[in-house]
Amino acid sequence: MKKIIILILILSHSSFIFADDKIIFEKVPIDLTNKSSLQKGAKTFINYCLNCHSAKYMRYNKLLDIGLSKKNIEENLLFTGKKIGDPMEISMPVKESKKWFGASPPDLSLVARSRGSDWIYNYMKGFYRDSSRKIGWNNLVYVNTAMPHILWELQGEQELNEKTGKLSLIKPGKLNQKEYDAVITDLTNYITYMSEPDQLKRKKMGIYVVGFLFLLLFLVVKLKQEFWKDIK
Amino acid sequence: MPKKNDSQNSRGLISWIDERFPLSSFIKNHLTGYYAPKNFNFWYFFGALALFIFVMQILTGIFLTMHYKPDASQAFASVEYIMRDVSFGWLIRYMHSTGASLFFVVIYLHMFKSLMYGSYQKPRELLWIFGVVIFLALMAEAFFGYLLPWGQMSYWGAQVIVNLFATVPFIGPDLAEWVRGDYLISDATLNRFFAFHVIALPLALAGLIFCHLIALHEVGSNNPDGIEIKKFKDKRTGIPLDGIPFHPYYTVKDLIGLTIFLIVFALIIFFMPEMGGYFLEANNFVPADPLVTPSHIAPVWYFTPFYSILRAVPPILNSQFPGVAAMGFSVLIFFFVPWLDKSPVRSIRYKGILYKKWLGAFVISFIILGYLGTVPSNVWGQFSSAIPLLGGSDIATVVARIFTIIYFLFFILMPIYSKKDKTKPVPTRVRMK
Repeated sequence: MKKIIILILILSHSSFIFADDKIIFEKVPIDLTNKSSLQKGAKTFINYCLNCHSAKYMRYNKLLDIGLSKKNIEENLLFTGKKIGDPMEISMPVKESKKWFGASPPDLSLVARSRGSDWIYNYMKGFYRDSSRKIGWNNLVYVNTAMPHILWELQGEQELNEKTGKLSLIKPGKLNQKEYDAVITDLTNYITYMSEPDQLKRKKMGIYVVGFLFLLLFLVVKLKQEFWKDIK
Repeated sequence: MPKKNDSQNSRGLISWIDERFPLSSFIKNHLTGYYAPKNFNFWYFFGALALFIFVMQILTGIFLTMHYKPDASQAFASVEYIMRDVSFGWLIRYMHSTGASLFFVVIYLHMFKSLMYGSYQKPRELLWIFGVVIFLALMAEAFFGYLLPWGQMSYWGAQVIVNLFATVPFIGPDLAEWVRGDYLISDATLNRFFAFHVIALPLALAGLIFCHLIALHEVGSNNPDGIEIKKFKDKRTGIPLDGIPFHPYYTVKDLIGLTIFLIVFALIIFFMPEMGGYFLEANNFVPADPLVTPSHIAPVWYFTPFYSILRAVPPILNSQFPGVAAMGFSVLIFFFVPWLDKSPVRSIRYKGILYKKWLGAFVISFIILGYLGTVPSNVWGQFSSAIPLLGGSDIATVVARIFTIIYFLFFILMPIYSKKDKTKPVPTRVRMK
């Protein structure tokens, strides 16, 4: 125990840091008002990500807010036995998944807030073939990630040029690069939406609140001037 | 029987109450008959604002407590439950998290005002001391509250701070274990921090704020000129000539300050509640994990000036205690300000150039130390090994050391420079501009 305490103290005092490699991120054009993009992203998320990753703070019925109908959700997106008010949980047990992948796939409800949207976008574009690894894949953004490239059929296979540090396509997938980028943009857009489903409502409400407060400011300034006109 | 009109009715009710409870005399003593100097400026908004934020934190806190679960296995999820499933839960939570940070903004500005206008000088020493105790209690309140979301930053931030106790010679490790209630930050720690955060410290704060206000109303408010308005009273009424009743004059004026504050507050909670990671850190959206240490642990911004001082002091005989002691001292030293300032005048308007320069240097140190506390100490790289003495050491650490020294010199040298300073003659009556 003492050792742990000492270690923690050292960590907190010294300049100890696991420096992330400085990668220049491509900016992802997030647009939470684009409902069709959110819907496409939600479908990609549920079909590909939600097998291993949960999003346990997100309820299926929140998808109604992005314009999907109840019928559509129930027929196409819900797993059997789930109700529309249920959270997006998965049946893969955490302990087992740790055995299989070496790390249990993290819950993705809040990943856009902890990692940032740009990170997700670049991560999903950053997979390349690496024969030195058991899973056969590596990632430019998250080096030695435990996750295999789940969308490889869509993107194809990339290779890392060790000298330039850049990726190039060696085997094309079902989609061309532009189409793949669009899929990832929609997916990132949805994951960003899911990290705080009420964020659009919040911003919209903010405009009214701030507008009201400016009106109030005008009135209280007038009120003060009226009371203070005799004070010299 | 003639009908009574409304105002007679209400007067009847008030006199009924007054016979049983000193309502009217309380309102008179503390609002309509409390005479405050008429020349308050911008800096005098922050006391009232701090009180407003305190009440707001209590109210939003009550609603959060209705849904929050102080249990290590449920805490993080219950916060997300508030954010997503509770009606307007996100608004209440953002008000509380933003309110915490803005509380410190307002308190720091409020303290700066006192340093500028000498509001701690005789007879306001006790008023100042109550203020410093409130500041300490507020720091504790914020620290306990920060563990509750049970995110990675909550967890590891608390781990680091509680481990500071472990550096105390002899009893340290036992002390840290006693604070945690376990060998590491755990469910037991979360439970006791919850108890401190929702009842012990708010209760203490309420009492301290009450004492702060009673002391203020006993000695009367200082003002930007630092002139005692009680010296010049109307001979007939006994009312200070430069005083105006707090109500309605300052209640309506404070409404302006409050509205501007609310605009800033609303802009943050509705448009940037994370405030670029300063109010809500990215790492705190990851549930606490005792097995995964985040790459960079930093306290919330309002603790970082003091945290920088902690890091700046090098360990002595393999003990980090000197750093911890320096950090403690950097906060406690505020208590002594009323006796360190030997200046015959209160306000910076009539103090000489020396005090102005030192106060400026102190503010700059506070801000730079605050910034450095948010970043790893190798942020600016190292000095080249060719430079004697400094070669190889972190540039940021050296800078933090210099500003730590300036921070302390502001206080330690105050008796000397405040005495030597060439002051200007103080007018007898307050000025409006």
